Amino acid sequence: MKKKDIPQDPSVLDNFTKEVSYVTDDDGKYTTGLSRGWEVKASALDVSWENIKSRVSEARDKVMQGKASPVLFFMELRIMDIPTLAAYTGYWRWTVKRHFKPGPFRRMSVNRLKKYTEVFEISIDDLRNFETNPEIGETYLKELEKSSK
Amino acid sequence: MKLDFTHIQAAHCENGVTTNLLQFAGIRELNEPLVFGIGSGLFFIYIPFITVSNGPAFSFRTMPGHIFKRTCKALGIPVFRKKFNSKESAEKFLNEILRKNQPVGCQVGVYYLSYFPKEYRFHFNAHNLIVYGKEEDNYLISDPVMETVTRLSAFELERVRFARGFLAPQGQLYYPVVNGNQITDTMISNAIRKGIKRNVRDMLHIPGPIVGVSGIRYTAKRIRKWRDKLGVKDAGLYLAQLVRMQEEIGTGGGGFRFIYAAFLQEAHKFIPNDELLKISEEFTKAGDLWRSAAVQAAGIYKGRIGSQADFNQMGDYLEDISEVEKNAFLKLSKVKLN
Repeated sequence: MKKKDIPQDPSVLDNFTKEVSYVTDDDGKYTTGLSRGWEVKASALDVSWENIKSRVSEARDKVMQGKASPVLFFMELRIMDIPTLAAYTGYWRWTVKRHFKPGPFRRMSVNRLKKYTEVFEISIDDLRNFETNPEIGETYLKELEKSSK
Repeated sequence: MKLDFTHIQAAHCENGVTTNLLQFAGIRELNEPLVFGIGSGLFFIYIPFITVSNGPAFSFRTMPGHIFKRTCKALGIPVFRKKFNSKESAEKFLNEILRKNQPVGCQVGVYYLSYFPKEYRFHFNAHNLIVYGKEEDNYLISDPVMETVTRLSAFELERVRFARGFLAPQGQLYYPVVNGNQITDTMISNAIRKGIKRNVRDMLHIPGPIVGVSGIRYTAKRIRKWRDKLGVKDAGLYLAQLVRMQEEIGTGGGGFRFIYAAFLQEAHKFIPNDELLKISEEFTKAGDLWRSAAVQAAGIYKGRIGSQADFNQMGDYLEDISEVEKNAFLKLSKVKLN
């Protein structure tokens, strides 16, 4: 890439930093230049976040339809996967998977609920009343919409 | 407590931490491209059977930690590295080491990194930054990807040092133990030589289809099948993941290929064989091809194009790249470096 072609596209990096690019000057010698952002990768990031939002929304629907527990919703909301959630809670992966089921979730001890609320940084009310109070899911979805443009 | 530390921005975090810690210790001959090349940082791997953020796992650089380790080893500099079981002992140790006037590299997870934009805070645990001081409850942070220094409260630093999951840092901190080491040009030339040889090996001679130039070719074949296997939308998401691994904060552009091209030019200052300059141009070409592939990918994940022919074009790009890099590394393997 040539120094004169360093992309200066707007992106979420605007409030953070410019990035260093390695580029060639007119004599073909390498130097560095600062890039504000590249539209190609900014849109890759956007597309990834659109996907995350869909996943979170689908998880919410599943929970409201009684097909999954709120643990699934919050895992998707915090963009974790099962291994990551297992690592943060200290539970085995199959245990976490069981907790996605409405039945086992309802029978979960207070300590386990508390562990999830700690890891997800939510209140116990959010977890316990998610299914009966649609406002909870709505609020988190709105927050997600805001925080990622 | 603020050490007399100079923050220098780099393209890539591990390169930046390595360079900056060595500079602090008085070793001024190294810069990011040299460190990257001596550390044999250039790589490619596609791991089809694991997922990262629900997408395919790609890497364009060598294993985390290797660049720092290899560079210090090549220069005969011992490394101090410590992981911690307890958050308290991790913080206590950090405070003690700062009091001894030693800035340290810390491996951190970016999910809780408060100064990162929200959009970049994924569960990625192989980021590196330098702690160079403490003022009241705040640690002074030199994160090489940033233009300026920043700070983290003790609580914030603890959270990122103890992020969990794949490649969990476990509070790891590290620094080069420099004791009046004299770094001669001969030492650097030898380090360059070794770095090149090892990088040739990594890109050409690791057996199996998923690594090095074979890995790039393998990815090309897989990409051609993604549209049938996954549907246009999900295939587009996979391509977006590829582009992010290739271009997001830290590669200097073109999946580190431009940094490597810069390295070969730096290497020429120590080993004045003009072949190195010619081969440098090949890596610039590779980097440019990667970026062209990214533009093609963007057309697909933005929904503008998406036919099988468009995916085949992606495959073609990667196959070209594989050829260019293969030939470049083959030439490198034959260059007289003595």
